[in-house]
Amino acid sequence: MIGIDVVIARISGLKRQDLERWISNAWVRPDRSADGYVFREIDLARARLILEMRDEMEINEDALPVVLSLLDQLYDLRRQMRDLNSAFLHVVPADVRQDLATHLATHSR
Amino acid sequence: MADPYTTLGVPRDASQDAIRDAYRKLAKQHHPDLNPGNAKAEETFKAVSAANSILSDPEKRGKFDRGEIDASGQEQTPRESYRNHAEGGSGRRYSRTGPQSGGWSDTDFGDIFNSVFGEGQQADDKRPIQGRDEHYALSTAFLDAVNGAMRRLTLPDGRTLEVKIPPGTADGQVLRLRGLGGPGRNGAPAGDALIEVHVVEHRHFHRDGQDIRLALPVTLAEAVVGGDVEVPTPGGLVSMRVPPHADSGTELRLRGRGVPAHDGLAAGDLYAKLNVVLGAPDEALEEFLRNWKPKNPIDPRQAMREQP
Repeated sequence: MIGIDVVIARISGLKRQDLERWISNAWVRPDRSADGYVFREIDLARARLILEMRDEMEINEDALPVVLSLLDQLYDLRRQMRDLNSAFLHVVPADVRQDLATHLATHSR
Repeated sequence: MADPYTTLGVPRDASQDAIRDAYRKLAKQHHPDLNPGNAKAEETFKAVSAANSILSDPEKRGKFDRGEIDASGQEQTPRESYRNHAEGGSGRRYSRTGPQSGGWSDTDFGDIFNSVFGEGQQADDKRPIQGRDEHYALSTAFLDAVNGAMRRLTLPDGRTLEVKIPPGTADGQVLRLRGLGGPGRNGAPAGDALIEVHVVEHRHFHRDGQDIRLALPVTLAEAVVGGDVEVPTPGGLVSMRVPPHADSGTELRLRGRGVPAHDGLAAGDLYAKLNVVLGAPDEALEEFLRNWKPKNPIDPRQAMREQP
């Protein structure tokens, strides 16, 4: 179980007040338990990315929601593409997939 | 491994500020979490990070300039990457459509295939549209899930939901709060709030369906001679008789002391597996064991030798 102290210890340069603000902005969304926040690995990775974007890439916090929203949309689309891809693999016969690939390769510009 | 000055595109006499600016510019452009699926960006970013880790540190930079370390000398350990999480199923936590939807709804299909086939239809704005189901996750202590509890969940928008966790709730179970999701449009009903319960593991209890398992430490005397011991159960301490001649691994059952009855399921049992604990050495016991000639000597490792 990863609590807020563990997150702060594991991400060097992360200040508690920053993380708490990001949580209240819903940029990082840990679970809540009676003892406080409970983080998963994805929440840590996301907090680390937000810190890097702010400190190393100098994206200030006013601009961060726009970047995060675009990133979340990008990853939604990539997951959908992946699902679509695996659905094609399961449902569409190999010769049709071949035709699709050929069509995309020749008509996609 | 390329020369770090070349990688960052700075002259050898560049100031530390110029190196930092060059690094930041390249990191913005090539950060792998901002370029998922682009292997070239990832390679470039690794090279840029490695070059920066040498040149951003005046001491390491000096060593490199004097030829004491080479450009590969300070390669970074693999980064914990956001995109590895975000692209997998766990990334749904930050989905714009809610953590459990699987990323798909009928309208998504409509959108994709409409745009693919160029037959986009304008949605009729007068149609009543039911509110969206909203997805939340809630962590709960083991005993609260087993016994049931009331919990308050604060939503990102500041609303709070009173959530009743019914007795016997299992990890991953989804609670549906009708009408507490997104508002409906044009007179349609609101959606539901769907709350996925994450049960935190307990230090001692392990759930096995309706039963609960527990490793119960007992003294040597309690195991050999038997006696009454107190056993923690989800409902509190319960007295249990350990029969004489018990052993490590002996499993005793407390009927009905597992997960309470719920949803038509009978209450489960609690299984306590004994674990003999010797504690601090005792002179009298030592003395006794030195002189002890067992009437029925055993070889506890016999089975291991016969079936290695």
